[in-house]
Amino acid sequence: MLRPLTAALCAVLFAGCASTGSGTSGRADAPATPSGEAATAFASTYRPIAAPPVLITGATVLTGDGRRLENADVLLRDGKVAEVGTGLAAGADAVRVEGSGKWVTPGLIDVHSHLGVYPSPGASAHSDGNEATAPVTAQVWAEHSVWPQDPGFGAALAGGITSLQILPGSANLVGGRGVTLKNVAATTVQDMKFPGAPHGLKMACGENPKRVYGQKGGPSTRMGNVAGYRAAFIDARDYARKREKDASTKRDLKLETLAAAMDGDILVHIHCYRADEMAQMLDLAKEFDFRIAAFHHGVEAYKIADRLGAEGVCGALWADWWGFKMEAFDGIQENVAIVDRAPGGCAIVHSDSDEGIQRLNQEAAKVIASARRAGIEIAPERAITWLTRNAARALGVDRVTGTLEPGKMGDVVLWNGNPFSVYARAEKVWIDGAQVYDRHDASRQPVTDFMLGQPTAQGGVR
Amino acid sequence: MNRRPVLRRAALLLAALLPLSAAAQDVLIRNATVHTATARGTLQDTDVLVQGGRIAAIGTGLPAGSAQVVDAAGAPLTPALFGGITAIGIEEVSGEASTRDGALALGQNARDITVRPEFDVTLAYNPESILLPVARVEGIGFTLLNAGTTAGGSIIGGQGAVVRLDGSPDPIGPKALFVSLGARASSLSGSSRAGQWMLLDQLVDEARGRIPADSRFALLTPAGRATLARYLDGGGRVVVAVDRAADIRQLLRWAHKHKLKIAIAGGAEAWKLAPELARAGVPVFVDTLANLPGNFDRLGATLENAARLHAAGVEVGFSQSDDASHNARKVRQLAGNAVANGLPWEAALAGLTRVPAQAFGVADRTGTIAVGQPADLVLWSGDPLDVAHTARQVWLGGRAVPMRSRQTELRDRYLRPAPAPESGALPRAYPPRVD
Repeated sequence: MLRPLTAALCAVLFAGCASTGSGTSGRADAPATPSGEAATAFASTYRPIAAPPVLITGATVLTGDGRRLENADVLLRDGKVAEVGTGLAAGADAVRVEGSGKWVTPGLIDVHSHLGVYPSPGASAHSDGNEATAPVTAQVWAEHSVWPQDPGFGAALAGGITSLQILPGSANLVGGRGVTLKNVAATTVQDMKFPGAPHGLKMACGENPKRVYGQKGGPSTRMGNVAGYRAAFIDARDYARKREKDASTKRDLKLETLAAAMDGDILVHIHCYRADEMAQMLDLAKEFDFRIAAFHHGVEAYKIADRLGAEGVCGALWADWWGFKMEAFDGIQENVAIVDRAPGGCAIVHSDSDEGIQRLNQEAAKVIASARRAGIEIAPERAITWLTRNAARALGVDRVTGTLEPGKMGDVVLWNGNPFSVYARAEKVWIDGAQVYDRHDASRQPVTDFMLGQPTAQGGVR
Repeated sequence: MNRRPVLRRAALLLAALLPLSAAAQDVLIRNATVHTATARGTLQDTDVLVQGGRIAAIGTGLPAGSAQVVDAAGAPLTPALFGGITAIGIEEVSGEASTRDGALALGQNARDITVRPEFDVTLAYNPESILLPVARVEGIGFTLLNAGTTAGGSIIGGQGAVVRLDGSPDPIGPKALFVSLGARASSLSGSSRAGQWMLLDQLVDEARGRIPADSRFALLTPAGRATLARYLDGGGRVVVAVDRAADIRQLLRWAHKHKLKIAIAGGAEAWKLAPELARAGVPVFVDTLANLPGNFDRLGATLENAARLHAAGVEVGFSQSDDASHNARKVRQLAGNAVANGLPWEAALAGLTRVPAQAFGVADRTGTIAVGQPADLVLWSGDPLDVAHTARQVWLGGRAVPMRSRQTELRDRYLRPAPAPESGALPRAYPPRVD
């Protein structure tokens, strides 16, 4: 069959995959914040939806910081997590949600999505994820490609996704800036931008850049790839020095982005499959004194799990993808588990897929099952960190979301049971304390403009 | 932590790399929850006796005789699963053209249509592909090899057939013919899906001899005419990849006119024609997880497709549209999500077992647990439709499959601590000593 390539496969085969990195353990308490002229451009106009307090009672609560509480209550107030515990009280104005027999987790976070830049339907006019015109396009920003009407956002919400990073694709050595969004229905991307979240920088190793540019002036080899990164950072370092000496030096969007990555204001996320190539990139980061927030895809991360843990670099990984190209040939189903168990390990389950993002909990469930078969037992309260806290850390937003600690954003999912099952379904989702999804209430299920009035759409994307 | 005895690992490794040629040992699986995928449904606390590679008895308190006894302790036992319509054994690395044999492109460029229904992809099948053990250890026992369509080919991809993933070299069932319709194939029909019906009607006329073989308009070779003729009047299963309801409606008319026995692969909007499909007896192999409006043929995609089709009486099976081969094991997740969205559990299991076996002509070879059937079985750690569980043991033709693959070898190599050079130990690349 001539397969209708989904955005996911387009991405991995034809250059769509990118990653944006975020804060690593070394910087967890010092989240990067945008600075300089770029910081104020295209600023977030996101406004939380006002909502009364919410008290979820009697649920099994996975807090996202490694704890599991039985028969516990979660109180959301003023858009924040107010309290998690037992026997919580709330005022008469609070919405009470019966949680017995159900599970509560922080909102899920996908660090690697192309929603909006490779949206549904996958029309040629919608192919906005790869600026495949030069191997280094650090000057482009994914947010300028995001189509907020992508029905995939609502489908991801039904899967409990409350925040996500949209990345440029992986055609280029440096693909451009990624943007972190709150998963809210909006007319503009600015209305979705996660307030205060740093940008990501998408870089890519290996097969994709050399395939895309092999017949277009290069690079055509892996050594050409590395030479390309080095040349770009040398230029950026030179640019930063000039700007420091002379503030009137004309801005260069490409070099500005790379310089901000070296400064730590932009978090570096690198699409990289092979262990040996990840080691090359770690050395590149040393040469130019920048931190890598996360390797994305990293199907061979298990081969260097100890080093990733020691260097505080997260692995944003799939549960089971492998074999679609040579650099994915050594994929194993225990990859996430092995990265997770390394001392200092930071494992993240990512999607890079408009299908996978709807079911990140199932992806994690597959990891748990495979690990168990290999003799590694992983508790639900541990596994949820792959989808919440660790992801927030990689995006540099872990001070404000990713766990149910009081004071954090009221980003919460109520599941109909243990989320690590194929039968688990998100029943209700709150973002900043407002209920923006309800599986049993069509009035709390967003319908994008694109799907509105489609005569054939009775099925919806539920 | 993995703590397998070294010797056992080495022996298993050896076994994993050999074809499944060892003689089947008789086995008695005791106290299983037996999901028969037949009218008998699910049998609690039941024994299954395997003798000579076939299921000899199903019951309680069966005598073991000389058979090896496996105590299931209540765990689920199912038929070995259908891995979907795949390129297992005909594609090793998707991105490497030299490892792909799944589609024919004799045309010089995308504008040339070369129609070769006689193309038989099973001739490329490599039973030693590493994809086989990877799928097998996950409970996948058989798959339908897909003849794909591609630029330089035509909307008729050619023929495939069911192979059992036991390392045997040949298909176990009849050939099936593959056709692609709708947007996915409009570049192969003059940029219009209407051209697909024009071409198909012409091809039928050629196969029936209504267009002289030497006509300058003829598209088929003599072998192609003979092949296509075999599928007319119900002579073989035609698997049609199609999503849009309007295209499915045309397909049903066309199939009725030429008395074709069809199955639908994909069928994102098939639920809209569920009663018609049920009346025509057309099985639909759905990709549950492809629930987004990914293109203009799929605007009605829904997670409830399988449930709605089943409710109308359509036989539902499962097959993936993406990453079907390397990740064939994901087919269980399709079934589980269908259940989560309304499909009865037993129907979902049937969609992974009996339904594909019947649709593709191998029901007497695999797909059910019944006395006399070859023993293609899987014992699970828990609910086989839930990704939270895995296959504990697979039997194909009564032979216990080594639960090893290249992936488990990689896993076990890297679960071992990396030896420090200073310790004098050799790197991981050296096999562990067999003491």
